[in-house]
Amino acid sequence: MSAKARRGEAVVETRGLSMHFGGVRAVDQVDFTLYDKELRCLIGPNGAGKSTFFKCLTGQLRPTHGEVTIRGRETTGAEPHEIAGLGVGIKTQVPNVFDGVTVEENLWLAARRWHGAARARSLTAEVLERLRLGDIRRSLVGRLAHGQRQWVELGMVVAMEPWLVLLDEPAAGMTHEETARTAEIILEINEMAALIVVEHDMQFIRMISRTVTLFHEGRILMEDTMDAISADARAREIYLGRSA
Amino acid sequence: MDQVAALVIQLAYGVANLALISLGLAIIFGMMRVINLAHGEFLMLGGYTVVVATNNGVNLWIAMLILAPLVVGVIGVVVERLLIRWLYGRMVDTLLATWGLSLLLIGIVTSIFGASTATTVSVPIGVIRIGEYSVSGYDLFLIGVTLGLLGAVYAVLKLTKLGLVARGTMQNAEMASALGVSTSRIYMITFGLGAAVTGLAGGLLAPVTGVLPTIGATYIAKAFITVISGGASILAGTAAGSVLLGLVNGIFSFLTGPTFGEVALLLAAIVLLRLMPRGITGRFFRKSL
Amino acid sequence: MGGSLRELRPTLVWALIGVIFTLFAPSVLQLFTIINLTTAIALAVLALSLALVWGYGGILCFGQVAFFGLGAYAYTIGAINFGGSTWAILVAVMVASAFAAALGYFIFYGRVSDVYLGVITLTVTLILYSLIRRTSGPEYKIGNALLGGFNGVSSPPLNAPWDARAILFPEQVFYVAMAALIILYVFVGWLVTTHFGRVCVAIRENETRAELLGYDTRLYKLGIFTIGAGVAAIGGVLFCNGVGRVTPDVFSLYNAALTIIWVIVGGRGTLIGPIGATFGLFYLTASLGGQSVFNNNLVLGIILILFVLLVPKGVAPTLIDWTRRRSRPAGRERRRRRARPEGGA
Ligand SMILES: Nc1ncnc2c1ncn2[C@@H]1O[C@H](COP(=O)(O)OP(=O)(O)OP(=O)(O)O)[C@@H](O)[C@H]1O
Ligand SMILES: [Mg+2]
Repeated sequence: MSAKARRGEAVVETRGLSMHFGGVRAVDQVDFTLYDKELRCLIGPNGAGKSTFFKCLTGQLRPTHGEVTIRGRETTGAEPHEIAGLGVGIKTQVPNVFDGVTVEENLWLAARRWHGAARARSLTAEVLERLRLGDIRRSLVGRLAHGQRQWVELGMVVAMEPWLVLLDEPAAGMTHEETARTAEIILEINEMAALIVVEHDMQFIRMISRTVTLFHEGRILMEDTMDAISADARAREIYLGRSA
Repeated sequence: MDQVAALVIQLAYGVANLALISLGLAIIFGMMRVINLAHGEFLMLGGYTVVVATNNGVNLWIAMLILAPLVVGVIGVVVERLLIRWLYGRMVDTLLATWGLSLLLIGIVTSIFGASTATTVSVPIGVIRIGEYSVSGYDLFLIGVTLGLLGAVYAVLKLTKLGLVARGTMQNAEMASALGVSTSRIYMITFGLGAAVTGLAGGLLAPVTGVLPTIGATYIAKAFITVISGGASILAGTAAGSVLLGLVNGIFSFLTGPTFGEVALLLAAIVLLRLMPRGITGRFFRKSL
Repeated sequence: MGGSLRELRPTLVWALIGVIFTLFAPSVLQLFTIINLTTAIALAVLALSLALVWGYGGILCFGQVAFFGLGAYAYTIGAINFGGSTWAILVAVMVASAFAAALGYFIFYGRVSDVYLGVITLTVTLILYSLIRRTSGPEYKIGNALLGGFNGVSSPPLNAPWDARAILFPEQVFYVAMAALIILYVFVGWLVTTHFGRVCVAIRENETRAELLGYDTRLYKLGIFTIGAGVAAIGGVLFCNGVGRVTPDVFSLYNAALTIIWVIVGGRGTLIGPIGATFGLFYLTASLGGQSVFNNNLVLGIILILFVLLVPKGVAPTLIDWTRRRSRPAGRERRRRRARPEGGA
């Protein structure tokens, strides 16, 4: 735990968080803390429970045991829109976007939830620019390539102006260039918000990483810098040895 | 004492009747997650099969117990091949297509037999006396048949290879098709089986209710809520749904008359769904058949 | 807010066509046709309500006709008791909306899924049907109004606002019906361009995402469902004025199916499509009339199956796609800028 930069209050805390599906313990007794303005990467092999952990944080799943506290407020079992209302934005692993409407409309819907009409319009324009979506703003999201859909979703998260951002595999299916740009955006977001980023792409993690948490079979195996984790024999065995 | 016995039999008949008219729907829903909106018309076709067959001199029992399920089962397979299989994975479209089928079947039967039918079949078993009270022997027979039918479906699901594969498909269709089980064939057999059970029910009820092209509408409301309240498990769902709703219906009908019995049944189902959106077996007995 | 005039332009064009038709129809058409047309207009209002709830809200309501029928009954009973139609119209809208709100609470807050929702709303309709059919005895009475079982109740005609003696002539009822249809059409057309309407479309597209953005989707669905029921109720009021009475048949399975067919044929995601389909099918079924070989059930069943299999989007969206594709090479840029996909007419 050496590299943990304590830059303020704890914004996310879970105590004994567990999510069981029948016999499968997707998340098992997880104690996790994230501090204000922190950028945390979450890694772990397929099926380690990372996405399930996110779903418990955002209220998409009601945990079997344990509790979640966000900015001092207990949110276990709260509705997703209530948690979003606290200022939590998430990009899900399978892109959740509004396929039948335009890119611009997607962003506007995110901005308008939290801002008045005028600010929502200017915020939409800002995000279009920032994520370089201007050229395709009138296109239907359903017709876009996977990478672009990822950005539309990222754009929606940005347009919410959240102070806590959860990103589940934001660079999946992107070109090298797009991945680099995504890393830049993430660092930009981090100036205003705390982040948890799930990724499999080690190079990408090295671009953005501070502290890395390693998930395995629903539990936190270790929490350290990327270099320390790469050096750890156990971690190499369960994860790095296989996919990196 | 006699009154209690008569009342119990009446309640049991109410429960069995719900189970009987719902079982075919539950089979198709449980395995394919498809609500067959033409379910009422399958019941209607079972009834017409019996009427037409007996008018042509076929023995009533053969018409009810053999011809009705056979004819409607074959119709089910044909419908699955011609219509349903083009729509797998498109739940809403499947629902709409079966609704179209429902109208089409009403239309065809009306063109052939007219909007009303003069011929009926009389109830083949007379009344049985319990002290001062009398109960319909045919009601008792139907209770027995329903129990037998539930047992038979249980045996098929539990003991046969078809049942094993079908249960696998039920749990996880993608997994089953990845394992090389032909889901398409399973669906065809399921739809045929569900239709056959429905045809049998329609045939058995024809002597009680008579037949009309539009008679399906009188059954489906009850069948739908039974299956939806029961949830996706075929047998446990049907049983739980019909026991709960049959008792509610029976007790309220006894207290306030049949009009409000049906309303109470609906209200019970809606409150139930607020509490358990995926039905009773979505919440309890999840692993059951 | 949305709702800019530019977005509403197609809607207003259709509304203008409707106004012109209203002004000239009575001088061209016979009285009998006008009376018949009033019934079709009432049904078009019903189609409009489902086009909103299903086409834009994505709510698979198979029982929209329940609110239509409740509106018709509430109006009739209200008008008999009040001795005039003004408050009765209001009562009709309130009853249907309140019923929808109560039902919707259980459905949306229980997070009942699509398929269940369709089946439950249909079941509610069928149970209303069998319930009201059984009310033939003299004991089934609300105020002065006998419910009359399967014979139904004869509906007092509309009168001028707050003047129960000024009963409207059939021609005037036609004007009222057309005015109601046009006003409701523009209202719904406007509603779907507001923030509320756009969120409803977003929920239709992806409910999870809408929730993760912080929208309470249950509330929006309940809202659009309730508004849709109110619109359907006005259709019911017009319907019992066109026909002269209301019977339990308004709740029948056949009518429930018909409503769905208008929206499927006309196309989900447009308003003018289902309205057009209603008039088209109204005259098709009327022309099939008495003969029994190709009865209405048969024809509608075939239409429904063919549309689901071959034209699942419906006529209007297919036509829009087609004209867009044809005119693309020349006017691509201009068109793109103008097209907001959910802002069809
Ligand atoms: N809704 C569910 N029902 C049953 N099991 C589930 C469900 N969701 C997840 N699981 C199981 O929980 C475990 C953890 O899954 P999860 O998606 O959280 O893993 P992950 O770490 O995100 O994996 P990946 O890197 O592949 O995205 C897996 O074994 C998965 O099969
Ligand atoms: Mg994952």
